[in-house]
Amino acid sequence: MSKKVGKKLLEINDLLIEADIEGEWKPIINSLSMTLERGEIIGLIGESGAGKSTFGLTALGYTKPGCRIVSGSIKLDGVELVGKSDAELRKIRGNRVAYVAQSAAASFNPAHTLAEQFTESPVQHGKMKMSEARKRSVEMFRLLDMPDPENIGERYPHQVSGGQLQRAMTAMALGSDPDIIIFDEPTTALDVTTQIEVLGAIKEAVKARNVAAIYISHDLAVVAQMADRMMVLRYGDLIEEGNAREMLANPKQEYTQKLLNVRSQRVGRTGLDEEDIQLNVENITARYPGTNIDVLTNVNVNVVKGKTVAVVGESGSGKSTLARVITGLLPPSQGSVKFHGRELTPALKTRPKKDLQSIQMIYQMADVAMNPRQKIKDIIGRPLEFYLGITGKQHDDRVLDLLRKIELPEDYAERYPLQLSGGEKQRVCIARALAAEPELIICDEVTSALDQLVAEGILDLLLNLQKELDVSYLFITHDLATVKAIADEIVVMYQGGVVEQGAKADILAPPYAPYTELLLSSVPEMDPDWLDNLVEKRQRGELPTSESLGQS
Amino acid sequence: MKNILIDIVLQRLVIGIFILFGVSILITLGVEALAGDVCSAILGQAAEPATVAACQAKLGLNDPMHVRYGNWLVNAIQGDFGTSLANNREVSEQIGKRLGNTLYLALTTAMFAVPIGILLGVIAALYRNSAIDHIISTTTLTTISSPEFFLAYILMAIFAVKLGWLPAISNVSPSMGFLERLQASALPVATLALITVAHMMRMTRASIVSLLASPYIEMAKLKGLTPGRIIIKHALPNAWSPIIQVVVLNLAYMVVGVVVIEVVFVYPGLGALIVDAVLNRDLPVIQATAMVFAAAYVLLFILADMLSMLANPRLRHRR
Amino acid sequence: MTYLSAIWDDLNLSARIGLGIVLFFTTCGIFAPWLAPYSESQIVGDVWEPLFGEFFFGTDQIGRDLLSRLIFGARNTMALAIVSTAVSFTAGAVLGFIAATMSGRVDQVLSRIVDVCISIPTLIASLIVLSAVGTATQTLILVIGIIYALPVFRIARAVAMDIEVMDYVEAARLRGEGLWWLMRKEILPNALTPLAAEFGVRFCFVFLLIASLSFLGLGLQPPLADWGAMVRGNADGIAWGFLHPIMPAACIALLTIGINLLIDRWVHKASGLRDDQ
Repeated sequence: MSKKVGKKLLEINDLLIEADIEGEWKPIINSLSMTLERGEIIGLIGESGAGKSTFGLTALGYTKPGCRIVSGSIKLDGVELVGKSDAELRKIRGNRVAYVAQSAAASFNPAHTLAEQFTESPVQHGKMKMSEARKRSVEMFRLLDMPDPENIGERYPHQVSGGQLQRAMTAMALGSDPDIIIFDEPTTALDVTTQIEVLGAIKEAVKARNVAAIYISHDLAVVAQMADRMMVLRYGDLIEEGNAREMLANPKQEYTQKLLNVRSQRVGRTGLDEEDIQLNVENITARYPGTNIDVLTNVNVNVVKGKTVAVVGESGSGKSTLARVITGLLPPSQGSVKFHGRELTPALKTRPKKDLQSIQMIYQMADVAMNPRQKIKDIIGRPLEFYLGITGKQHDDRVLDLLRKIELPEDYAERYPLQLSGGEKQRVCIARALAAEPELIICDEVTSALDQLVAEGILDLLLNLQKELDVSYLFITHDLATVKAIADEIVVMYQGGVVEQGAKADILAPPYAPYTELLLSSVPEMDPDWLDNLVEKRQRGELPTSESLGQS
Repeated sequence: MKNILIDIVLQRLVIGIFILFGVSILITLGVEALAGDVCSAILGQAAEPATVAACQAKLGLNDPMHVRYGNWLVNAIQGDFGTSLANNREVSEQIGKRLGNTLYLALTTAMFAVPIGILLGVIAALYRNSAIDHIISTTTLTTISSPEFFLAYILMAIFAVKLGWLPAISNVSPSMGFLERLQASALPVATLALITVAHMMRMTRASIVSLLASPYIEMAKLKGLTPGRIIIKHALPNAWSPIIQVVVLNLAYMVVGVVVIEVVFVYPGLGALIVDAVLNRDLPVIQATAMVFAAAYVLLFILADMLSMLANPRLRHRR
Repeated sequence: MTYLSAIWDDLNLSARIGLGIVLFFTTCGIFAPWLAPYSESQIVGDVWEPLFGEFFFGTDQIGRDLLSRLIFGARNTMALAIVSTAVSFTAGAVLGFIAATMSGRVDQVLSRIVDVCISIPTLIASLIVLSAVGTATQTLILVIGIIYALPVFRIARAVAMDIEVMDYVEAARLRGEGLWWLMRKEILPNALTPLAAEFGVRFCFVFLLIASLSFLGLGLQPPLADWGAMVRGNADGIAWGFLHPIMPAACIALLTIGINLLIDRWVHKASGLRDDQ
């Protein structure tokens, strides 16, 4: 290949992008610049609204509908992309620059097989004949460690698991031997154990082909495994840029430091009476109506008063179903739920108000957990009226009091949920739960939909409230970092059963249960060498893999 | 995989039979309400009470309702829908002839309307928000907003009265040759086709536009594919399912649309038959014709359901 | 006033045209007795006097002023359609919400009944029922209202089901709220916007159905002016080259177009879809 020497592969200068936000053009990328060398991987990091995806996609000369490039230049191998016609840009897309989307399940066309979609780019761009492209697909599927690479291409997207699809998408991006691949949060939608395997495969493949990449993610620890260089973005501005190792070791900006510190541990509560068991889930087996598969089998969980029990597991582990059983939404087929030693009726409808009041719930998506047509004061106020019969002036005072507790200004009482940010909404949901004066709050993935720093704030708030009110939490999450941060006790769930329950210190220290060890070892750490070391250890059999567990 | 398809077909058919059974009961109930004074309507207000009673006995109106329903159902399943009160002819024979005419009308219309409707829909979706799209969309909006008889009379005023090219009254008969028949039914076919094309175009456009927002279409763009290839290779295979539904549902719409159009053009079809029967209180004819309309409707709905399921790639290639 | 002008600003050209058409006919309908030069039943001239002559739109098949009858027709036909649609929405939405909120057996029974009833084409069903029970104005309203309650039931149920799966409804259930609260406070306020757009769509259907029915001779009774019946009454004129039957038919078409233009925008906004790519 005769490529010019001395020029940067990609050079973006002073790029200004505006978006149509309710009829007004507002800047979402403020004069950002970026350079990329051949074979280099740059990480774009930021929370939602940082503009990292928008910025990354410009390497394709592409902006999402409703966005426009106002000024600046994008040079690929010295050739300007801004202002090029669609026909000219098409020659670049999928050919010299390829894209890997966040949701492979939605980004693969359900009507065609993987191989058909793989061969499309190289054949359409005239790089290969169909037969060559087919051969190449097998080669690339093998490179990405996909099972049965010779035949998996004949499958349709919905016949392949999420982790495999994400690999297939990376393989497809490599198909036409591009100079640059843009990875847009490629592992965010995956379970943590799957994420690590896909991440390993992507890293190996990218290295093997020596292709340059733009890796977009909100997760600093993930980017740290992939990138040579990193750019931290916030609200369309550059916060910090530099060598990945240096930035991790020595972040210069306060915002980067904050992002780095999100996984700090908090000390568990001590000095509580271990015998004061509040909630007792005994031998629960449950299935959804109309199905014949048990989602939970023989599950036992205890919650001690005033403590936080974290239920951790991947998707399909049954952790959310457990919450539905405890609240009475899903009566179990066997077993019982006891509260202070007294058995609760299985179905919600037959539970007395007092029982309903003492167990409250907070949801993952605060947006849909609040009625958009009700004011905040009505949302928070309803439990006061409903359970405690408080009305009039006293009612209004209590609402304001609760707003102060969740650190929101008093005038929020008159607002509607739509006028609040994600974190503020979740705070209101906390206030609504507190208004009932419950003894136990079930928190179902309450921080998963939030940006890391906002999530941090919510966790702090929950812990402070616990100290003040002595309420217990059943904290359901897939995120081990969150578990480490707030749990007193941990319940590990896997495929509908409890793997183990115990104090945080015991669960998180050896000897580990094999699944717990797999889970723990899969959580990315802020160490650029972590992934390589992990892959090595797993290959040597020192750490379990999901395959080794599946066989056992 | 075969089994799943057969299961789906069987399941829908069973549902369809149950629905038709319910419909037959409902129609009987409706006709029952009509039956009250049918004899005095036939014989005139001045008729002797004895004659009226005899008439009622003849029609079996003295039997309890469930007995009459049972008799009707047993006979109907064997293809015997009784005799017309108006002209004493076999209802099944009358319906048979008329059904043929109506089917001819519907199928001829479909032959023109389906390809044109889908084509216009795809064009409008491809060039959405362009001048072509606006013209197509506005024209079709006007068409679907107009009552059938408005279009019918306008076409009649132009082509039959003003220009004298086509007959205003569509008198088709079995002895006619193909071209003669086509000319005789040109106006009702054109009216029906205008409306069907409009509906079909709008629904096709809507389903394709909603498809074009899917991530895999964005992915196809980012793979550098041409707009034509994106539509044909990536949008269309997934659009079949909704488009088939559009086509069949519009055929169902035509079932009802023919009623008014047949009346306007005095076309000897089922629609004109049921309107006449209703005005004459010809119970057996009403019951039978309504049943035929409902059956056509139910069958088409089931067909739409089945076909769109079969066209869905996720269902065709099971895990 | 600022609210009204905000709405106006929000409308695009076609929606504004639609609004204009709807307002025009509504005004005609409300002020019919003052706007019409003659009464709806008065015979003022010869049969089918020409258009734009002594009488602006000529006279009808028995010599009544066509313009006056069109104006009164606006009043009668629109009022009938609005009231019928309102009946269908009240009945359909209440039952649909009940089915969605109670779910289980109640939902099953109601849905199956509607499945069967809806399999009889509306026009056929109304033909049979109306010829059985007569076409007094109240009967018309009731029959059309009930027949159109069926599709409204399905829509309302679907809308309520979409809301029903929201966490805030589950939160209210967990709180122990009763059925009445769930329907009134959680579901209804959120269902109003989609249902309002649907009201316009359904109004057009009802309006066209009424036009067809009265065209077939099962509408408002003479001498009440009714657009559909006026088309039928004047239909024979076509053969003689008179355009009189086209006039009321055009009114029906124009009003429906107006409503559709207005609603198109609304539905578009409510769905939040953007198709500018």
